[in-house]
Amino acid sequence: MGALPEPAEDVLRRALVSEFTVLGPSGRPITHPMIPLYDGEGIYLHSSILFSKKLAHIKANPKVSLAITDLAATHGEPLTHRVTVQGDAAVIEDDPHTTWQRILPLWIEKEPIVKEFYAKRVALPLFWERSLIEITPRRVLIWPEGSTERPPSVHELTGVA
Amino acid sequence: MAVAQDFLRQIETGFSHAVLAFTGSDGYPVSVATRYVVDAERGVLLLDPPAGQEVTPPEGAEVNIIVSHIRPQEIGYDERRYVQMWGTLEREGGRLAVRPTRSHSWDEKKVPFFQYSEVTVPQAHDYLEALGRERGRPVRPKLSFGWLALRTTRAPFLTATLVPVILGVAVAANEGAWSLWLAFLTFLGGALVHLGLNISNDVFDTLSGADAANTTPTQFSGGSRVAHYGLVRLRTLALLSAVFYLAGIGIGLYLAVERGFWPLFWIGVAGVAISLAYTAPPLRLVHRGLGEIAVALGFGPIMVLGSYFVQAQRFTFEAVYASIPVAILIALVLYVNEIPDRAGDSAAGKRTLPVRLSKDAVIGAYVGAVALTYGLIAAGAVTGVLPRPTIIALATIPLAIRVTRALRRDYEDPYALMFSGMGVNVQLHLFTGLLLFAGYMISIAADRWLDSVPVFLR
Repeated sequence: MGALPEPAEDVLRRALVSEFTVLGPSGRPITHPMIPLYDGEGIYLHSSILFSKKLAHIKANPKVSLAITDLAATHGEPLTHRVTVQGDAAVIEDDPHTTWQRILPLWIEKEPIVKEFYAKRVALPLFWERSLIEITPRRVLIWPEGSTERPPSVHELTGVA
Repeated sequence: MAVAQDFLRQIETGFSHAVLAFTGSDGYPVSVATRYVVDAERGVLLLDPPAGQEVTPPEGAEVNIIVSHIRPQEIGYDERRYVQMWGTLEREGGRLAVRPTRSHSWDEKKVPFFQYSEVTVPQAHDYLEALGRERGRPVRPKLSFGWLALRTTRAPFLTATLVPVILGVAVAANEGAWSLWLAFLTFLGGALVHLGLNISNDVFDTLSGADAANTTPTQFSGGSRVAHYGLVRLRTLALLSAVFYLAGIGIGLYLAVERGFWPLFWIGVAGVAISLAYTAPPLRLVHRGLGEIAVALGFGPIMVLGSYFVQAQRFTFEAVYASIPVAILIALVLYVNEIPDRAGDSAAGKRTLPVRLSKDAVIGAYVGAVALTYGLIAAGAVTGVLPRPTIIALATIPLAIRVTRALRRDYEDPYALMFSGMGVNVQLHLFTGLLLFAGYMISIAADRWLDSVPVFLR
């Protein structure tokens, strides 16, 4: 079991898409649909340098939120909860060509066709220059049964590294 | 400025919910799902207020609203689309109201992912430049040496050289003149010039802006793009092109000295000149709609006659005649490959035939050229200008039909055309050339091993 409440872990493991919100230069929220990845310890996203504005925004202001709201977007049973994770994001890109590859197995698990695309990466080389985004969660909001008509349960995670 | 009513109407259906995002009092963004309705007439989005103090945005806050959709598939997902908008939040009755003033959207049905990934190439360059400034040293994209070499040289297109060279050798061998070593050298020389041409083409397309303007490149069209992507410096490409040209010219000169200087010298000069003039200023033949003629001459008569002369040390009408079908078909490879590039080519002032002609005219000309090709093969085989077994090259007619159907169906969709027509069109040239070669081989074998050669094998 990881550092997150169990329902949030289940949602992060199974969700195929999330809404990742960063803050732009003027403080305005900007949201990007992205695949959430979770290995039981860390929450990860990743971005090609082709779509890198979000990376620059994170570097300027690491405060982010990650919402998982599409209950049907899984490979199996629908999700039973909606979850929002608020936290601090770090961009990990020692080498944009290779560093991100450690999350490739997690990515392939959610999007198996990526294995085939990766084997043919010569076709779209800049897409495979990527940065890893690691989120350190500070607060988790959970809506049982996905209903936002009722207040979420709020989990403060101040002790999480 | 308010977002247009039509823009708002596109999210009236097709999305299950919206996600409202705003900046919380602690400075972290808050994002929460909610139901929404569109009042397009008033240009307003009406949202159900989510319950709970933590997720209630303050009135007057600038908020972000996104609606997004994917359809899960076993291999991942498809039907990706999203629309996001920004505006100031107000309360209206029991609901939250936002009149969006800015928006951003993507729908992979309207802008395919590969095209989207081309449009954003400048963003990638800006990011790497910024990263380089952070680190105090340049950060460049990478590709393994093998992939980079393949991409830079576009070596798989060497079939365009292979076909005319072996055809010239076959015509000569049918007359008894045959040297494997000379055939190998001819192919090597031709291939080196071809690789030099491929790379110089990329240099000039990058310089002219044609690569940047083309947002729908495919496996077969749009060039190597290694300079455009920042994988190889333009100067390196220019140097590499020069090295290939010089090596090819060196082999050509050796063959000329060995086999007959002036005829091979002038053939070599013509080949190199046409290949350079193809995209290089001042002639830039491909910009003037003359690219097909240049390619037909270079990869047709010039290569077939050059290859033939190296073996036979003379010119014949048969060698010229044999070169014409493959010349037309290689020109058609370029012609079809230009179809997906036409918007970018037009923007860069590259007035290729598909830029100049209507869809019907382009397809009509394709059908006419293919018919002429098969007519020449049939007439050559029947009259005996070509060995009669070369009639087997007509076996590729179904491929030509497939390409024609693909052009009619997928003319406006570069990626569909790539799968349905462009690859098949390359095969059409290759297999027709190989079957013409096979026809010669059958004739040569019959002549060698049969005491009395029947007329249909001569």
